[in-house]
Amino acid sequence: MTMRKLIATLSLAVGGLLSALPAQADTETIRIATEGAYAPFNMIDESGELKGFDVDIANALCAQMKADCELVAQDWDGIIPGLMTRKYDAIIASMSITDERLRVVDFSDRYYSNVLAFVAAKGQELDTSEAGLKGKVVGAQRATIAGQYLEDNLADVVGVKLYDTQDNAYLDLAAGRLDALLSDKFPAYDWLQSEAGEGFEFKGEDIDINDEIAIAVRKGDPLKDKFSEAIKAIVENGTYKEINDKYFPFSIY
Amino acid sequence: MSWDWSIIWQYLPRLLDGALLTLELVAISGLIGIALAVPLALLRVSPNPWVRALPFAYIFFFRGTPLLVQIFLIYYGASQFEAVKQSVLWNLLSEPYWCAIIAFSMNTAAYSAELIRGAIQAIPRGEIEAAEALGMSKPLQVRRIVLPRAFGIVLPAYGNELILMLKGSSLASTITLLDLTGMARTIIARTYTPLEIFFAAGMIYLLISACFIGGFRLLERRLNRYQHYRHHIAHEMTEVDPRLQD
Repeated sequence: MTMRKLIATLSLAVGGLLSALPAQADTETIRIATEGAYAPFNMIDESGELKGFDVDIANALCAQMKADCELVAQDWDGIIPGLMTRKYDAIIASMSITDERLRVVDFSDRYYSNVLAFVAAKGQELDTSEAGLKGKVVGAQRATIAGQYLEDNLADVVGVKLYDTQDNAYLDLAAGRLDALLSDKFPAYDWLQSEAGEGFEFKGEDIDINDEIAIAVRKGDPLKDKFSEAIKAIVENGTYKEINDKYFPFSIY
Repeated sequence: MSWDWSIIWQYLPRLLDGALLTLELVAISGLIGIALAVPLALLRVSPNPWVRALPFAYIFFFRGTPLLVQIFLIYYGASQFEAVKQSVLWNLLSEPYWCAIIAFSMNTAAYSAELIRGAIQAIPRGEIEAAEALGMSKPLQVRRIVLPRAFGIVLPAYGNELILMLKGSSLASTITLLDLTGMARTIIARTYTPLEIFFAAGMIYLLISACFIGGFRLLERRLNRYQHYRHHIAHEMTEVDPRLQD
């Protein structure tokens, strides 16, 4: 009697476990890396939480794909090596698609477009043509499109200084060690709105380098298409615009 | 992941440029550091507690905080003050090169001072007493006995400190300097070959360390030559008179 009861209970429990298994496999956990030092796209708030445009987009995409996501902060320098060594599965950190990166990772479709702009002190005359920049010291973040643009196009003309983080580049611009800063325009826009950036403004024309920002995944990973589809879906259903408007009064898609 | 030797050869000249800056930083900071460390150590062994207090506070601060924090305080911290930016100091502090040298010098001075203090206190009492018995003044004792003996004793430990500083100098890359590490990171930012480039940089660091170690071994033999003579001379003397042994 008791034995039969026990068996019945056990089989129920086992059956319950078995039926629970496939359900768990449905919701895979995707580990996503971001940098956390690139306001307003990704930054760490007072309580140590990651937030920003990239984080909101990551969460919206995960909701769209019905996936469990785990966000981790990773220094920019090591963000691609970390993906390659499987510390995480995707990078949503305002990363531009470049030929060099395409050799080692795959990219989804873009989730916004970037232009470069020069920033310098208000009232300071700055001619952003090559001749005008001659002999100036211009900074940028290391391992970014702006940094590469400086090295490729202006290395012989200006003194190039590369920083570990965008914040450190802003600090040095404010300290007067830099004549100008070449930066992605949108995060610079955010900084110019802040108290620290009050005395500075955009100079000259934007540099449109046909720069698309996308999600990086390992080569051959099917996540690439899943992300592309999810991006398309949130652009169409208005979720994207909601997030965009939270940060910028203009569309950055 | 594939290994690409050609990328190392292609970027070796730039890595060597970086290594040169690393050597420059270590050499200049090492010299300034030791010049600061000797007076600090001498003050530190003073019998007067008021004289000891200043070097103690200095050493306590620089040994107790990370080198990276010190570099950031000097590079980013100092530039926050308008007064600093208006002063002549700004000529130095506006250059990352000098900020690195200031930070490294102050840091290594603290460690070296502590090493030299230990060495001074390790000099056998008898030698100082002998100098006193000969009627040497204090400054003469310091010049002829205390410092030469202390340098001999401190050398192995100081070689260690110099190697630690060589590796610590990689932090210069955080304030835009293209030292060996900074150069490696800049190259990797473009090529995405961290394994090859960091391997090459590591080998160059290893090579520099090996040279330091070899150099210090030679210097040790020279400064502590009495240790080698003693055995040699004792041996000769026993041939003359066995009672002179030991």
